[in-house]
This record gives sequence, C-alpha cells and structure tokens, in this order.
Amino acid sequence: MHPAPSVILFTALSGLGFGLLTWLGLGMPDVTGTVAFVFYFIGFALSGGGLIASTFHLGNPQRAIKAFTQWRTSWLSREAWLSLAALTVMGIYAVGQIFFGERLVLVGYVGASLSLITVFSTSMIYTQLKTVPRWNHPTTPMMFLMLSVSGGALLANQMDKAALLLLVSGALQVLTWHLGDGRFAQRGSTLESATGLGHMGKARQFEPPHTGTNYLLDEFVYVVGRKHSRNLRVIALLCMSIIPGLGLLLMPPPHNAALVFIVLHIAGLFASRWLFFAEAEHVVGLYYDKR
Amino acid sequence: MTQLPSSTTRKLGLVIDLDTCVGCHACVISCKGWNTENYGAPLSDMDAYGGDPSGTFLNRVHTYEMQPEQGGAAQTVHFPKSCLHCEDAPCVTVCPTGASYKRVEDGIVLVNESNCIGCGLCAWSCPYGARELDRAEGVMKKCTLCVDRIYNENLPEVDRIPSCVRTCPAGARSFGDLGDPDSDVSQLVAARGGYDLMPELGTKPVNKYLPPRPKDTTDAIDILAPFLEPVAEEATGFIGWLDRALDALPASPKKGSN
Amino acid sequence: MNKHVQPALDTSPKVSDEIRQTTCYMCACRCGINVHMKDGQVAYIEGNRDHPVNKGVLCAKGSAGIMQVNAPSRLKSPLKRVGPRGSGEFEEISWDEALEIAGGHLGRIRESDPKKLAFFTGRDQSQSFTGFWAQSYGTPNYAAHGGFCSVNMAAAGIYTMGGAFWEFGQPDWDRAKLFMIFGVAEDHDSNPIKMGLGKLKKRGAKIIGVNPIRSGYNAIADEWVGITPGTDGLFILALVHELMKAGKVDLNYLSQFTNAPVLLNEDPDSPENGLFLRDKDGKPLVIDRATGKQVAFDKKGITPDLAGHFRKGGVTYRTVFQHMADRYLSDEYAPDAVADRCGIPADTIKRIAAELAHTAFNEAFELPIEWTDFRGNKHKSMPGRPVSFHAMRGISAHANGFQTARALHVLQILLGSVETPGGFRFKPPYPKPAEAHPKPHAGAQPGKPLDGPHLGYPQGPDDLLLDDVGNAKRIDKAFTWENPLSAHGLMHMVISNAYAGDPYKIDTLFMYMANMSWNSSMNTSGVIKMLTDTDDNGDYVIPNIIYSDAYSSEMVAYADLVLPDTTYLERHDCISLLDRPICEADAMADSIRWPVIEPDRNVRPFQSVLVDLGARLGLPGFVNDDGSAKYQDYADYIVNHERRPGVGPLAGFRGENGDQAGRGDVNPNQMQAYIDNGGFFEEHIPTEASYYKPWNAAYQDWAVKMGLFDAPQPYLFQLYVEPMRKFQLAAEGHGTQQPPEHLRQQVRQKMDPLPIWYPSAEEGADEYPIHALTQRPMAMYHSWGTQNAWLRQLHGKNPLYVPTKVWTENGFQDGDWARVTSPHGSIVVPVALQAALNPDTVWTWNAIGKRKGTWALGQDAPEATEGFLLNHLIHELMPPKGDGLRWNNSDPVTGQAAWFDLRVKIDKCDPPAEAQPAFPEIKSPVGRGPQNLTWKVGK
Ligand SMILES: Nc1nc2c(c(=O)[nH]1)N[C@H]1C(S)=C(S)[C@@H](COP(=O)(O)OP(=O)(O)OC[C@H]3O[C@@H](n4cnc5c(=O)[nH]c(N)nc54)[C@H](O)[C@@H]3O)O[C@H]1N2
Ligand SMILES: Nc1nc2c(c(=O)[nH]1)N[C@H]1C(S)=C(S)[C@@H](COP(=O)(O)OP(=O)(O)OC[C@H]3O[C@@H](n4cnc5c(=O)[nH]c(N)nc54)[C@H](O)[C@@H]3O)O[C@H]1N2
Ligand code: SF4
Ligand code: SF4
Ligand code: SF4
Ligand code: SF4
Ligand code: SF4
Ligand SMILES: [Mo]
Repeated sequence: MHPAPSVILFTALSGLGFGLLTWLGLGMPDVTGTVAFVFYFIGFALSGGGLIASTFHLGNPQRAIKAFTQWRTSWLSREAWLSLAALTVMGIYAVGQIFFGERLVLVGYVGASLSLITVFSTSMIYTQLKTVPRWNHPTTPMMFLMLSVSGGALLANQMDKAALLLLVSGALQVLTWHLGDGRFAQRGSTLESATGLGHMGKARQFEPPHTGTNYLLDEFVYVVGRKHSRNLRVIALLCMSIIPGLGLLLMPPPHNAALVFIVLHIAGLFASRWLFFAEAEHVVGLYYDKR
Repeated sequence: MTQLPSSTTRKLGLVIDLDTCVGCHACVISCKGWNTENYGAPLSDMDAYGGDPSGTFLNRVHTYEMQPEQGGAAQTVHFPKSCLHCEDAPCVTVCPTGASYKRVEDGIVLVNESNCIGCGLCAWSCPYGARELDRAEGVMKKCTLCVDRIYNENLPEVDRIPSCVRTCPAGARSFGDLGDPDSDVSQLVAARGGYDLMPELGTKPVNKYLPPRPKDTTDAIDILAPFLEPVAEEATGFIGWLDRALDALPASPKKGSN
Repeated sequence: MNKHVQPALDTSPKVSDEIRQTTCYMCACRCGINVHMKDGQVAYIEGNRDHPVNKGVLCAKGSAGIMQVNAPSRLKSPLKRVGPRGSGEFEEISWDEALEIAGGHLGRIRESDPKKLAFFTGRDQSQSFTGFWAQSYGTPNYAAHGGFCSVNMAAAGIYTMGGAFWEFGQPDWDRAKLFMIFGVAEDHDSNPIKMGLGKLKKRGAKIIGVNPIRSGYNAIADEWVGITPGTDGLFILALVHELMKAGKVDLNYLSQFTNAPVLLNEDPDSPENGLFLRDKDGKPLVIDRATGKQVAFDKKGITPDLAGHFRKGGVTYRTVFQHMADRYLSDEYAPDAVADRCGIPADTIKRIAAELAHTAFNEAFELPIEWTDFRGNKHKSMPGRPVSFHAMRGISAHANGFQTARALHVLQILLGSVETPGGFRFKPPYPKPAEAHPKPHAGAQPGKPLDGPHLGYPQGPDDLLLDDVGNAKRIDKAFTWENPLSAHGLMHMVISNAYAGDPYKIDTLFMYMANMSWNSSMNTSGVIKMLTDTDDNGDYVIPNIIYSDAYSSEMVAYADLVLPDTTYLERHDCISLLDRPICEADAMADSIRWPVIEPDRNVRPFQSVLVDLGARLGLPGFVNDDGSAKYQDYADYIVNHERRPGVGPLAGFRGENGDQAGRGDVNPNQMQAYIDNGGFFEEHIPTEASYYKPWNAAYQDWAVKMGLFDAPQPYLFQLYVEPMRKFQLAAEGHGTQQPPEHLRQQVRQKMDPLPIWYPSAEEGADEYPIHALTQRPMAMYHSWGTQNAWLRQLHGKNPLYVPTKVWTENGFQDGDWARVTSPHGSIVVPVALQAALNPDTVWTWNAIGKRKGTWALGQDAPEATEGFLLNHLIHELMPPKGDGLRWNNSDPVTGQAAWFDLRVKIDKCDPPAEAQPAFPEIKSPVGRGPQNLTWKVGK
C-alpha cells in the first residue's frame, strides 16, 4: 500500500493523542490548572490534528461531514462518531480539571474508554480489509491499542508504566511482523486464483492494461525492498520501544531526558507506521503481477 | 445507504468469454467515452499529453501468459476486468458516507458522487481493482453497468445494453440477469463452466468469466482422421491414381482415347 | 434494521440532441458510426448497427475518435517553412498564398517535364480520385502506399484467383468449420475479422493460428503454430505435398474452374515453352475427357481432363496439374524435409494436412441453390468445403511473400474452397481477373495527361515501364525487371531514388497522408538525411516538398509547404467501388463521409484542394470547355464525376430520382440520399449468385448490371500464372525485351509460374540469428494513434518482446535494456519477456516510438524517451553482396517492402537515458496539448 504521509500522520498522531487522553481520563497524572492545560493541549492537538490530517487525503474534504452517516456498517463512520464523542467527553473532563480544579472521575473513565475505542475503530478500518491480508488480523487492533497506550503513557509522564508498555508493544510488534509476513501467502490468493486460470498452468502478466501508471498502481502497489524493510524494522523497533523502554527502566530519567525518549518513540512510531502501509500488500497487485 | 440490501430482485451483470476476447481494448475505450459524457463527472486524464499520462478507466484489459505445467507452448489470455457487482460487496459497507450503494432492483453497485468524500476506502476494500478515484474530481469512479443506458428510454430497445457489450467486436461480452437461471447469460455460464474471481474472498461476484477452451489439443482429430494415406509415392504412380480417380467422379464420362 | 434507501436516479437521461451517421477513419476499415451531437459538438461515437462493415460494433480507435477530432496536434493553418528542413520552424500563411506556391511549382513542372513531379498519397482512401488527378496532370510518378504495405497479398491474389484476401474477400464466417489464419495481427478488415472469429467461436469451429507470435487473434486460436518467420511458403507447400500425395484434392473443382487441366507446351527450346496451348482465338486448350479432343476451356458440356496429355509435331503437351504433381510430390516438400526449417514438427504438418482434408471432404455439404456456370452447364446445388483461410502481412511482407501468398491460394484452390460455401468468398468488385485490370502506363508529355492509368497488372515483359535504353520510367522503378509485377508502385523507394537522382532527378515531391520521415520509411535516419541534404550550391537535393497532413506529424517538419487537412468528421469523402470499397461477400456497398462538424481552424479538405489546384492548372477533367472550374469542391466531384457513362464514384441512389443502383445518371441529391441512408449504400447479391461467382452466370450478369464491369468476364483460377512464365522465358533469352544480365538469374528463379519457396533474408543469418518483427496494436493506428489522449495511455511505449531462449541466454531481467543490431545499424531499447513466442524471434508494437516535439506531446513523452522504431534497423537496400550492386529490400516479383526479413543480434546493455537513437527535438508548429483533460460536452 502506498505509505501516504497523511494516513501515517493521522493514525500515528491521533493514536498518541487518544493514548494521552486515556491516561488523563484515568487520572494519571491527576493534574489541574496550567499543567492540566498543557497536557490537554498536547492531547487534543495530537488527536484533533491527526483527524484533520486524515482529511488531507480526501478527494472532497468539504463534504467530510457526510462521513458521520454510515455508523451502522462503516468503521470510518464509527470512528468519526467515536472520536467526536471522545473529544467531547474529554473536553468536559478537561474543563473541569483546568478551570475548576475538579476531577469528574466518572466522566474521565467514560472519556478514557471512548478514546481507546476510537483508536480501536481506527484500527478496524484497516483490520476489516480482507484485501490486505497483513492487516486483516487481530494483531492490527492490538498493535494500534498497545502503541496508543504506551505512547500515551510516555506523554502522560507515566514512566514506569510506559517502560513496561513500550517493551511489551515492542514484543507485540515483532510478533505482528512475524505473523504478518506469511499471511498473504497463507490466504491463498494468487494470480491463478485472481484470474481463475490456474488449471492452465502458471500465470504471469504479459502486458499490463496500460503502459503508464494509474490510481490502482499508485495507491495499492508499493514495492518495498526486502533489505530496506529489514533495516527499517530494526530502526523502528529500537526507537519506538527498546531504547525508550529500556532507557526508562534502567535509568529513571530527569524530565528533559524523557523528551529525548518521546522524540525517539515518535520517530520509531512513524517508521513502524510507514512499514505498516508500505509492507502491506493488496490483492489487486496480483492482477498486475506486482505486490 | 451502505447497508447491503438483503437480496436484490435481479442480478444484472456481465459474462466475459476469455476464449473469445482478442484483447482489442474496444470495451475499454467505449466505456471511457460513454462514461466521460454521461453518469457523473467526466473520467479525467491527468498529464494527458505529457510524460506520465494517467486517466480514470472503469474497465481495463490485462494480458496474461499461462505456462502449462506439463510443458507445451505457453498460452496468451486477454482478461478484461471491471466491477463485478458483487452480492456481498465490501466496497459498499465500508463507505462512511453512503455514497456507495447496491441497488435493490438489479444489484448494480453505484457511487452517488454528490455524497462521495473521496476517502478511497471502498477501493481499498475491492479485491479486483474495480474502483478508481478520479483525480480531477476527487470522487470514486466505477463501472455503473451503464445504468444510464440499460433502462434509457431515449435509446432504441436493442441499445439498452452496456456500452462495452454493444461495442465488443468479437462478441466476448454478454449482459443479462445472472439471478435468473433461465436467462441467456445464466445458460451460457452453465454451459461453459463460468466461474468467479477470487471466490476465497467471499464477495460473491455477479459477473462471471468463461474459461478459455483447451488449446493445442489434438485428441479429436487423431480419432477422426489419422495422417493421410498416400495414393502414390511419386509422380508416375500419381497419374495412374489420377486416371482412376477421374473415372470414379460421379459426373465423369467414359474416358476417350488421346 | 431499517429499510434500504437509495438515491433517486435518472436512468433515462437524454443521450444527445442528434445523431449524425458517417464513416470512421481512425483506420482503413471504414466502419459506420453514429456521431452523437450535443450543442453542435461531438459528444459520443458508437457503431452504426445497420452498417455492412461493422454492424454496430466499434474498435477502441473508433470510440476514441472524439479525442482525435479535438486533438491539440491538429494543424491550424497552411504553413511555409522558415527554418531549415526538419527544424519545425514555420510561418502561418493564407490559403491563397499556399495555393499560389503549390500551383506555381505544379504548373511550371507540368509545362516542362511532368515526371519531375512525384505525387505519392500514402494512406489515401480516395485513390480513384487522386489517381485520376495525377493522370490528368500527366506525371507517371503516382502511387499510394500499397507497395510498402501489402502488394504481395493483392497481386498474388489477383494473378491467381482474381481477388485477394485483404479487404477484398472474406472467409465464409457462417459456414467454415476449420479456419487457418497466417501472419495476421489486425489487418484492414479489423472489426469484420473479430466479428467473424466471434462467429466461429460460437459455432465451435476450429481456428489454427500460424504466427511466430501468440497474441491477439492467435491467442484465441485453438491451435498455435509458432512458425519461423519467412518459412510459411515451405509449410504450405508441404501441406500441398501431403494432400496431393493422398489424393485429397477436389478433382472436380480443379478440372472445371481452374487452369489445372490447361495444356502446357513442354518443348524446352521453344519460345512457347511453358506457355498455354491456345486455339486461334487465343483461348487456352484442355482435353475433353469424354472425347479425348483438345477443346477451348470454356466449351459447354466438356469434362476437362486433368490427366490429359498428347504429342504433336514432336512437342509434348501436358496439363498444369501434372506439372504440379511433378513438383509438389517431390521429397523436397515432404513434411520431414521442411520441419526444421519451419520450426514445426513434421507430425504437426501431417496432422494439419489430415485435418484440412477431413474437414474439406468428410464434412462437405451442399447448399440447395441451383445455378448455371459460364459454360452453360446447370448445377443442382452448390457444394461446400468448410475450410477457410486468411493471411496478411506476416506472409506478404517478406521478399518471398508473393510466392508464399500464391502457394496459399493454390492450397485453397486444391481443396476447392474458394468461392464455395464454407470457404473463402470474394467481395464485389471482385472477382476480377488480372487481365480485366488495367496495365500500367507511364507515357508522359509536357502539358498533357498521362496516356493511361498509372498502376496495373502486367501480362508480360512488353508491359514493363522501361524506356528505349531500359531505364525505369517511374521514379520508384516500378514495373521494371527488378520487380516486374509492382502493381502498387514502390512508395518506399521514392525518397531514396529521388535523392540519388536515379533514374532521374525530380523537382517536387508532393505527398499526402504518409509519415515518410518516420514510421513508413525504412532506414528512417537515412531518409531524414536525404530530406535535409543539400548539393554543392547549398540547395536541397530534393528541391521542393509539399505535404498534406492533418496533424503535427514527423513528416510535417520536412515539408517546405504544408497543406493542412481537415479531420475525418469535418469533410466529404467517398469510399468508392472504383477504389477500395466496403463490400461484403453478400452485397456491394459504398459509403461517404460528410462534415458532421465544421472545422474551427484555417484548414481545407485535401481533395477539395486538389480539385482547386486541378482547376487552376486547367487539368482535363477539372475544367469545363470554357476553362472554368468544373467542380466546386470534392463533394461536387463525388456527385457529378462520371468515370464511364452512368458509373461514378458512388454507386447508390443514382439516376434523377435516386432510385437506380450501380449504373445511372448523375443524381444531384445523391449526397443527401447517402446521409439520409446512414452514410452508406448497400445492394444485396441475388442468392443464386452468392457463391461460385467467377463462373456463375447469374453473378456475372448481376455485376454487369451493377456497373462493376461492362461485359461478363468469367475466367479460370490461375494455379499456373502464364504471364510470369513470359518473364521467365525472357530471362532464358527469348523475345526482344531482355532483362539486364545481373537480373537474369533472379527473374528466371523468382518468376516461377508455379509457387516456389526460397529463403528470404538469408544474408548474415549466422551473425544475425534472430528475426525481428513488428505487429500492429489493435488500439493504435500507425503513428496517428499517439496524439489521442485515451489511446496513448494503452500504448505509450513499446518494449522489445524477447522469447524465453534469448531472455535466459542474455540473463535479462524485468526492466533491462538491450542493444539490437542489424547489418544496417543498431538501437538501444527496453526488453520484456514473452514465452508464447517463436524461439528465434523478437518483436515490438509498430510505430509507437515518436520524435520529440511532434504530435503536440510533452518532450518527456514516453513515446519519445522509451518508445522506439525498428525502422532504423531496416534498410531499403540489402547489405552489399559483393557484386557491386545494391539490391533493394523488396520482393523481387512485386517490389513489396520486406519489412519482416529483418535479422538482428541482441546484447544486454546498461539502460541509457533514452531509447537510442535519440533525435533532437522538433519545434512544434501547433504548441503543446493541455495538462489535464476533463472532457464533457453536455452540461
Ligand atoms: N517497422 C515497420 N514499419 C512499417 C510497417 C511495419 O509493419 N513495420 N508497416 C508499413 C505499412 S504496411 C504501412 S501502410 C505504413 C504506414 O505508415 P504511414 O503511411 O506513415 O501511416 P501513418 O503513421 O498512419 O501516417 C500517415 C500520416 O497521415 C496523417 N493523417 C492522419 N489523418 C489524416 C487526414 O485526415 N488527412 C491527412 N492529410 N493526413 C492525415 C497522419 O498525421 C500521419 O502523418 O507503415 C509501414 N511501416
Ligand atoms: N489497429 C490497427 N489496424 C491496422 C493498422 C494499424 O496500424 N493499427 N494498420 C493497417 C495497415 S496499413 C495494414 S497493412 C494492416 C496490416 O495488418 P496485419 O497484416 O495484421 O499487420 P501486422 O501487424 O504487420 O501483422 C503481421 C503479423 O504477421 C506476423 N508475422 C510476421 N512474419 C511472419 C511470418 O513469416 N509468418 C507468419 N505466419 N507470420 C508472420 C506477425 O507476428 C504479425 O502478427 O493493418 C491495418 N490495420
Ligand atoms: S472489446 Fe471484447 S474482444 Fe475487445 S478487449 Fe473487450 S472483451 Fe475483449
Ligand atoms: S468488484 Fe469491487 S467495486 Fe465492484 S462490487 Fe465487487 S468489491 Fe465492489
Ligand atoms: S471514496 Fe466515496 S464512495 Fe468510496 S468509501 Fe469513500 S466516500 Fe464512499
Ligand atoms: S458496463 Fe458500462 S460502465 Fe461498466 S465496464 Fe461496461 S461500459 Fe463501462
Ligand atoms: S476498425 Fe476501428 S478505427 Fe477502423 S474504421 Fe472501424 S471503428 Fe474505425
Ligand atoms: Mo499498410
């Protein structure tokens, strides 16, 4: 799949933002006034910014409001509602903490849950796609949720929890990659099944339908070199989990060192998310004999 | 509405005969022409005269080579592909706006462009590459099964068929109700072993493909006519045979003298 | 669950304001089209269901016509060259000035020496008109593109059976059970062939594709014979060998309808050796098997004896058929002897022969149609032979193509499957034997029309166009000993001969609709040099070039004066029975184009420009007695011109009331009658005349009535072509017209009156082991498809397709490039793998490669950076043979350009920045096309 910056930004940032809001909703940390304002600013900026980024890849963003209508069937529509709900509830909760020094505990719990469900619904947009076997698996929501809560913990200054969560999400990431690598083949879609011509022998593309490119090739066929992707995986893993996780565990840091870990984590997260898209193969690539 | 109808009255669709398709792209361009001028926004072409032209097409013809496992010559197959109007169309249910829908009366899957935000999700969910986002208009484009032809009272009755079907010079495309087992298309599918693409994905395509007939086989003829028996080995013997054969012709007179 | 809701949808939108019916010209197939108009603009084009050619279907090009008539590459105004030739620098001038310049040159030349004008008209669909113009003008130097296209097919067909495949005949699609197609990628009859293949498929008939490449039609063939290029003749003669040896030939048909029973003189010393024994009226003689007497072939009630022979005055006479047995029963043609050379297993050849015999004879049937033959014999029925063949440039574009095409026709005739149900059928005005065609003429005099039609069918050495000292009279050297039967001229030799001043220098090269500085030339780089080279005085070696094109092609840049034509929807045209009509086997038909839209630029239809020039020059046929212009424009000519009394360019709606077909007075409302009838006219052939046409009295009479000819002209199929024997006799030393010594051997060998096979392109076979071919893409028409925004996305570049053997030998991978070298030059191009390909063959799509700056494309257009032409590797002359002569790369019989004799070698190389050779950019006289298109006419 084409690793479009808008979707990478959207999923990574909103995941982080909702992760942070989740922790805040749980009262970790339990802050008020200016400090609370700063935390909430970051939380809303990330989640809201991510959502705005998601509209960049729309062909007709001015009609985005229509995306609220199909919650019965569409995860994207559900995500729109859930994020709106999460942000509203968390907004009320934030107002209480910032301006009234009051923690509306129940509202916080509801907001935190909504934030997590929002992240889950985002992940389901990808998970539901049978056309992309790598995504079409429980590890996708697990991964989204784990990264959201561990990154959120980091931002929420919940360092000991963050350390653990980061390491666990690192392990989950390794598992996800491992399981994902063979899934396209396991699902059994091949050029032969795509064309239904397997009984005639081994198929290969002789001529593409057009000599130039098209939307399908640009959007769905992204061939990332194996070596390139191995290296990037190592970098992603180190930055996203191992360094910040171990770092936090081994030398509980002064606050400014935490910033370094946060930056590293976000860089790693972007790399991981880039790979999430770039390594995902859509079955339509079969028709072009390219994956 | 992106909920799929629980059933459709008819299942209109195409049957594509891979044994007959010569890969001429007539259906591709006819479709482009009709749909540029008709339903929804025109199908745009970006960098139309430049170095990297890419346009929106609702129907594309691939060409594959099949290498028989038992050896023998490779075979070439032309493979036209447009929306298959799936019964369980994932492209419909993923749509957040309701722009994508499946018609209850005939099963045609359509995009209501005025509701489409161009998120692309429906194209992501389609296994067949049947949807293309128009880059000029930012809306999703797909085969409409020529819904603006097949019921169009401004067209003569014979022309109320999809543009690609009407134009196909080889007659490799048929259109009809695949939900009716007695329809011509259903009969054709039954007779020729029509099949679904990527059935493992559970989309239940309405469109069917007819497989190429076995090629390069000589079974039939070996029984009917073995190699020819010579009547003579060289020219002189041949003239002898010729004389007899001419005499044996039904309308032959008795041979005179030279 | 809530109810399923759907948006309201108008399923009956208005389709268009109006439909205008005319004829497609995105290629030469000439399908009928319905042009849907909205607000006076073209909105959508579809096929015309009533049209005899396409019956409603339309190919990709046809549907893309809207992008052609609106292409940014359209020329906008007459152009006068201001920069050097080839620069593309022009100034726009008025039509008055353009016509004055053109008229000036043409008038001056006509008064002094008309042969100094070479007028060649390329992909012309108005040859009966342009030929008439050229004849009135008086230059001998006129032809269209047939010589580089497929004259072998046409000439072999006409000499053998009075009609050819091409678009002059068709398989009996409704009745054939076995169909063999040789060397066809697309052909002129593009839609009808596809429709026919579809019909065969529906009936489950068997299709055998003989082609080194398995694509297109060959992809759907039930059996693919991946023959080695240039060897079809051998394969076919091996089939003939098998069939004759097994006695599986149609003896009855051969004896009645062919010259198989005609007696040949066998006296080795006689100047008549090998000629027909004739009676005093000149009629070939046969022996009547009933009486044993020698009688004229056409005598009523005879049974011509295929085995007949006799001796008289010490001379033996035997039948053609016995000569055929002598030759084709020889082991030389045995499947085992030819298998390796053809790349086809002997058993496959034997089996195909058996299948042919089985289908022709065991599946024979009869149509219950009574008919009377030319001898007056009545027949109760029409026996059918459900075996049919088609072939095109794959066999004809080789230097042995004439003889190969002849071999195929002989095979058809041996099976009795020409003009029989289930076999191959002619379309009017065919059948028409070679003798009924004109002979070539080149009698030019200052200020006078030519003494007859330019092109035709020579019947012997006397008909060659040579002057007293044996020099060619025509600039292309057509109808000389080099290629005696060059019935369509040799357009591919015009520029190089004009450049060399051989046989003489010309003044003005006037061309129409041929991209001669690019894809229609061999040796493209060389031709570019010839067009731009100057003499010692600094003048161009070819002094003046006038060119008419509709688009900004490569050739435009090399003209001094450009006459911009309209597009096909903006002009009148006539697809005439005098020329290459659109008939069907069951009907005669012709059609028109008419301006369904008016041009929005300063352009004029080329034919109307010729009418205008004809009047300015005072050409006979173009002026009235008082010197005034006879015709206003081409439309006026189409309606009012009469070639013979009552016979004009259009056969339909003749006579004052428009109710006469074929013959009739001029009808001033004829054009409107065509428009009202959908742009065409069709007259069905009566049932009793539908088959056996060359011998069928009902057909002959009908054809006379329709004005196809003036008297019945039944004839025998010429298995043995006597005129060819006359050329051979000359080469053997008989007669006064003698070939030059260096050609004697060639004429003796290649003008064999019975089909032979000889290797084409043998030179350098070791060093250049690989055959290199081109194919037409179905969705592109030569160079002119490229300007089409929709079509160019399908074929914007062309790899060289390489077979598995060559691919692995070179260690090629996807994305690799290779240097391809022929004895003449080398190119560097991208390669791609094709498994279903003859192991010694590579190929690419024809005419995709473009010159930078042309066709209003961006300079980074893939057509120019990755696309390429094989033409750079093909020379119009053969590599030197060491005899001091340069032999032209053409069939020695007809002069057909031997495009497919190309041999190359291939080496992997580093990808260059662009395909090589790369040429400097031409300045576009029309600017560049817009960036993006969102085309919609209706609102
Ligand atoms: N390598 C290789 N070369 C080949 C062949 C091959 O098989 N292989 N095939 C050969 C054969 S058979 C042929 S016929 C030639 C064809 O080659 P060409 O005869 O050169 O054919 P086109 O490229 O179609 O170019 C014809 C010109 O007509 C112009 N034109 C188009 N429409 C109009 C119009 O309405 N009016 C006017 N005035 N001009 C118009 C186009 O712009 C173009 O410049 O190519 C030959 N060249
Ligand atoms: N779409 C489209 N249609 C066209 C044209 C076009 O440019 N585009 N051009 C028109 C013109 S001008 C012409 S002349 C016709 C030509 O129509 P075709 O004769 O179909 O022309 P080519 O594409 O040259 O195809 C030649 C075929 O012969 C095969 N071949 C080559 N050498 C051999 C051989 O030795 N033996 C055998 N058996 N096969 C061989 C090639 O593989 C190829 O398939 O098409 C006309 N129709
Ligand atoms: S028009 Fe018909 S023959 Fe041509 S590509 Fe389409 S389906 Fe195949
Ligand atoms: S083919 Fe693709 S676009 Fe068409 S209905 Fe099926 S899933 Fe949807
Ligand atoms: S692109 Fe349009 S039709 Fe497709 S899912 Fe998005 S809104 Fe729906
Ligand atoms: S049915 Fe209509 S929209 Fe669909 S592929 Fe055919 S022409 Fe295009
Ligand atoms: S074959 Fe195609 S391009 Fe040629 S005349 Fe017919 S529709 Fe037009
Ligand atoms: Mo041609």
